[in-house]
Amino acid sequence: MTSEPTSGLSLVDIAVQYGDVVAVSGFDLSVSLGEVVALLGPSGCGKSSVLSAITGIVTPSAGTVVWNGIDVTNVATHLRGIGMMFQDNALFPHKNVAGNIEFGLRMQKMAPEARSSRIGEMLELVGLPGYGERGVDELSGGQQQRVALARALAPEPGLLLLDEPLGSLDRDLRDRLADDLRTIFTSTGTTVLFVTHDRDEAGRVADRTVVMAAPS
Amino acid sequence: MTARGPFGRSVGLLAVIPAVFLAVFFLWPVAAIVWRGLAPEGSLDLAATFDIATTGRWWKVAWFTTWQALVSTAVTLIVGIAIARIFAKYEFVGRRWLRAGFTVPFVLPTVVVGTAFIALLGSNSPIGLDLRDTVVAVIVAHVFFNVAIVVRTVGDSWARLDPRAEHASRTLGAGPWTTWREITLPRLLPSILAAGSIVFLFSFTSFGVVLLLGGPARTTLEVETYIQTTAFLRLDVAAVLAMIQMTIVVLTLVFQRRMRSRLETGEQLRREQSIRRPIPQGTAGVGVVFSVAVTLAFMLAPLLMLVHESLRSGGRYTLANYRGLNDGTSVMFVTPLEAIWNSVRFGVAATALAVVVGGLAAAAIAYTSGRAGRALDLTLMLPLGTSAATLGFGILITLDEPPLDLRTSVWLVPIAHALVGIPFVIRLLVPSIRAVDDRLRTAARVLGASPWKTWLSVDVPLVAKAVLAAAGFAFAVSLGEFGATAFIARPEHPTLPTAIVRYLSRPGAANFGQAMAMSTILMGVTVCAVLVIERFRIGDTGDF
Repeated sequence: MTSEPTSGLSLVDIAVQYGDVVAVSGFDLSVSLGEVVALLGPSGCGKSSVLSAITGIVTPSAGTVVWNGIDVTNVATHLRGIGMMFQDNALFPHKNVAGNIEFGLRMQKMAPEARSSRIGEMLELVGLPGYGERGVDELSGGQQQRVALARALAPEPGLLLLDEPLGSLDRDLRDRLADDLRTIFTSTGTTVLFVTHDRDEAGRVADRTVVMAAPS
Repeated sequence: MTARGPFGRSVGLLAVIPAVFLAVFFLWPVAAIVWRGLAPEGSLDLAATFDIATTGRWWKVAWFTTWQALVSTAVTLIVGIAIARIFAKYEFVGRRWLRAGFTVPFVLPTVVVGTAFIALLGSNSPIGLDLRDTVVAVIVAHVFFNVAIVVRTVGDSWARLDPRAEHASRTLGAGPWTTWREITLPRLLPSILAAGSIVFLFSFTSFGVVLLLGGPARTTLEVETYIQTTAFLRLDVAAVLAMIQMTIVVLTLVFQRRMRSRLETGEQLRREQSIRRPIPQGTAGVGVVFSVAVTLAFMLAPLLMLVHESLRSGGRYTLANYRGLNDGTSVMFVTPLEAIWNSVRFGVAATALAVVVGGLAAAAIAYTSGRAGRALDLTLMLPLGTSAATLGFGILITLDEPPLDLRTSVWLVPIAHALVGIPFVIRLLVPSIRAVDDRLRTAARVLGASPWKTWLSVDVPLVAKAVLAAAGFAFAVSLGEFGATAFIARPEHPTLPTAIVRYLSRPGAANFGQAMAMSTILMGVTVCAVLVIERFRIGDTGDF
């Protein structure tokens, strides 16, 4: 059991179960504020389930999720203020690029003018200026990934989770985007936990790497 | 036009048989009856037609038909989407069976459902609700009938939407309600539109339900066409009413097509995965179980009422109604048992016709993306929206003389049933034919297979299950068809639904009891057909 920090993220003895299948058991992890941590492990070891437990998409069958000193284990997903970038992006197919990025800002009830300037900033940040009116299905894989990142970062979540953010890209693009991610995280000072199966990627992006073993 | 599939550009040949079938057995009879109405003396008399068309009474009928259909559709969508959500999101014991069960009312004969609702909501209502002769009863029956279309169509695409879009919405700060309104609903709109327009068509052209439950003061275009044709022999009025009805039907189909391309999100639907959760504990779980229970009660009550009545005779429970089915009576030329046998034989023949003709049409539609394919698709939907009285009477007056004299042919009934079944066959087959990966065909061609060989060795095995499901549907539709059969079935060859109506129209408890017994048997056979459909559906594809 790790010492419990009063700020940042702390997972204590987390277990996730789907029916009879145990995906994660007895998992501990802590991430300090401003830290970028990579969660590394083979596929099927339950990395994504850990992220789902942190966001509240699944309720852990045991253990607690503490965020900035508050037990959020049973708090509804949308009230946690934890952002996430999904594997394969999960962009909203019926909204354009700007509409995707705008969504989280509207949920925060940000004023329309403030929203559009923030969308501009985010597109600038991920290197896609002027792409706001594009449909998401007109974008390449790498561009979609950038939009997904911009969408997740726009509401300035205290904690950002990324599930295999560079998963489906080819080698060259991965390396470039990995460096971009690193730069963006440092410049925005975001606390980040990201899941990958690629040791190189973990080293390039993260301050610290945690290795997760497959459940026995 | 882009051509794909095993036949390349000669795909048009596939459409020849369906086109001829449709022209001879549908377009010609309907055109003939309309012509006879418009030109009773042999020459077109538009002044008379204009007089009829401007009679206020018919527009009142058209308006009532439309608004009751709109209300029925709205209520069906609300109830259906609520149930679809449960089927899409939760896994529970008996889910598949329950889902199959919802299809039963949809294929039940309208006369049976109408009678069941009279038993349930009539003056002897066991729940103390006398709604007979009200529009409420009509709408309730329409919801009962059509809710399966919404549950299946919307539920299937719901189960195949990527749930991570909803998860993303939640992590961006949207609550459950906002997520539903902004993320789920817009992506479901294409399937809601598809289901909604079919429900509208069925409620709009509904015949048996309105006739039995609406009361004499409320007639729809379909019922009025029937009455004008049979009771008053006013073919001129009937022709005008039939044309108004068909115009609205065609407008609905065209509107659906326009809207569909506008609503498509381009999202790739996934193969349905095992993402269903168990029913949660606590209040949310109670809500789910409660909604399932209420809908189940709503769906089962009329059907149980039917079985109950079939087992009652002389104030006690008995099998007398069933035993009587083998006795000849004065009601019909033949015994009820023979009517059952007729229905099964006609059903088999109609199924064979519908699967062959519908299958060829589905292949032609699936392999083309051009205008021709869409036109064929639209035309083959028309029998669904055509007044059964118009079709039945039209067949009688056109196919009664050489070169095609089918008046005494036993094929007349199966042909009419096949016309009604073909739209369902097409709806079920087109998606699964389109789902066949074109690279498999290329692979077969590269390995030396001719187009026919390719079709036989790639397409046929891959869509075989969908064909069986379509056959089950066509069979069920044939068993239940009443409107057209009433016109064309010969008295010595009654089908089960026409026999039921005959028995219902005669006074006497024994006749009523036997009608109930026949209805129960019809329901039993229909349930078997539906179970076949459910057994052979692959991955819940198809529009129905």
